[in-house]
Amino acid sequence: MTTVRDACRHVRSKNAGPYWVTVDLFFRDADHFARYAGSPALGPTLFARLFGADPALVQHHRVADLDILKVSYPRTSPQGGEVERDMHCGQQFVRLLDIELD
Amino acid sequence: MTEGPIRILVPSGSLGSGVRETEVRRGIELGAHAIATDAGSTDSGAAYLALGISKNDRGAVKRDLAILLQAGAAAGIPVIIGTAGQAGGDLNVDWTRDIALEIARERGLSPRIALLYSEQDKATLKALNAAGRIRPLPPLGPLEDATIDGCDHIVAAMGPEPYVAALQAGASVIIGGRTTDTAVLACFALMHGMDAGAAWHAAKIAECGSQCTVRPADGAGVLVTIGTDGFEVEPLNPANRCDPHSVSAHMLYENANPFRLTEPGGVLDVTHARYVALDDRRVRVTGSVWEPQPYTMKLEGASRGRYQTVMLIGIQDPEVLSRLDEFHDRMLGALYERARRSLGPEAGDFHLSLRLYGWNAVSGDRPPPGTPPPREVGVLFVATAETQALATRIAKACNAWFFHFPIVADQELPSYGFAFTPADIERGPVFEFRLNHVVAVDDAMQLVRTAWIDLREGAAA
Repeated sequence: MTTVRDACRHVRSKNAGPYWVTVDLFFRDADHFARYAGSPALGPTLFARLFGADPALVQHHRVADLDILKVSYPRTSPQGGEVERDMHCGQQFVRLLDIELD
Repeated sequence: MTEGPIRILVPSGSLGSGVRETEVRRGIELGAHAIATDAGSTDSGAAYLALGISKNDRGAVKRDLAILLQAGAAAGIPVIIGTAGQAGGDLNVDWTRDIALEIARERGLSPRIALLYSEQDKATLKALNAAGRIRPLPPLGPLEDATIDGCDHIVAAMGPEPYVAALQAGASVIIGGRTTDTAVLACFALMHGMDAGAAWHAAKIAECGSQCTVRPADGAGVLVTIGTDGFEVEPLNPANRCDPHSVSAHMLYENANPFRLTEPGGVLDVTHARYVALDDRRVRVTGSVWEPQPYTMKLEGASRGRYQTVMLIGIQDPEVLSRLDEFHDRMLGALYERARRSLGPEAGDFHLSLRLYGWNAVSGDRPPPGTPPPREVGVLFVATAETQALATRIAKACNAWFFHFPIVADQELPSYGFAFTPADIERGPVFEFRLNHVVAVDDAMQLVRTAWIDLREGAAA
């Protein structure tokens, strides 16, 4: 069993404008990238389940030169609302770390 | 006209974040043709646009701007500032203008300043909306006039054209309102006919200053050299380096799509860009493509919502820490009841939130059963109501319940750790972005106003 934490050397999340969040998964090496960057476990339904994102809007971008998978998803409420808990979404990556990839 | 290549000195990621005088001097020595930087972004939230205020301290902005204006004047090259005053609204531009005038007066500088304004009035936007010129970007839907009316300030993000026009009209300093970060850095090279793909891509790489270097904290700025078939980037600090990885990885930063970037008038496509080390600290990039598209400007609008008053306590009592979720639910229920009883119908449709820092404040999730109790938690009380006065009345009504709420019945009331007196802190309104739309314009200058201040000897201001 391999988790995101095992397969990646670094994972980060950040706001991309007030309405979007973007997550970068830096895989350990080309082998881990090849094996896991297309994993169904990291598909749109994961981001719907964890973050309430509309799965139809979730974007996946594979940056093979850097062994990076970028996933971008819309926020359920715009940055800075009445119940804002993470203005820059810099902590949102944590929920991904224990996701099992195989 | 300069034949090229064009060298742009990007002194920092944002004006006011700490320009280094030695780096600026080095960039000038390397032959910079212009100094360009942005001075803001939406990143820090909607308050700065809604209020027309800067995030940065005035003194910090003045210090940075003084270094740039002095260096630009001495070298005879333009200083180009975009998204002035954090949000780039008219108030933010004027705030920056006043700092520039103060510096010029104190240092005996005589710039010819172009001010570019891109704040929009509501009637203009409603007319454009009615004409079908405004369309939403996901996840938002079509724009309602009520949303336009609800905004305190609305800006349109400028492209490079107003900057090029100001440079061609002889501006030595440009202070621009809301502009895409890239347009501010690309404009000078575009004016001189350099490759558009290279100019836009160089601008995207350099927009956060030393963020694209191997050691981002080791220096503030970079120099980009933009030619007719690619560009080069190097840190202004000679001890720092760029390598192909540090440069290409920057396309990921705060970007939903790392390959395609939509800008006013086109899309930058870097899918086939090649990043090659020129030596141990400079990177050359080729293969960036600019695809012209119908001209659009992104709209940003900010509004103030309801008001908040907050209180904070710390809890170390192990009895509470072992039953935190139960404690949270019972206390929240008790506080709602107390506020309703105390204020009656006057309280209106208020909202209370308790955020347990050290337990689940950031996620808002319930930790799984069996999660060990923390050593202590901070509990943030947030009351949100129609007015500041009402939010504070609710907080005051809740004060004793928040401070002494027991987890065990029929015992002496506990006292939790208040950090401040008075305990309630008026936080002001909630600020939110309201727009995620683009407006199609026939002319890049259609929604832009330019004003001039000429301090040259004999010039009429």
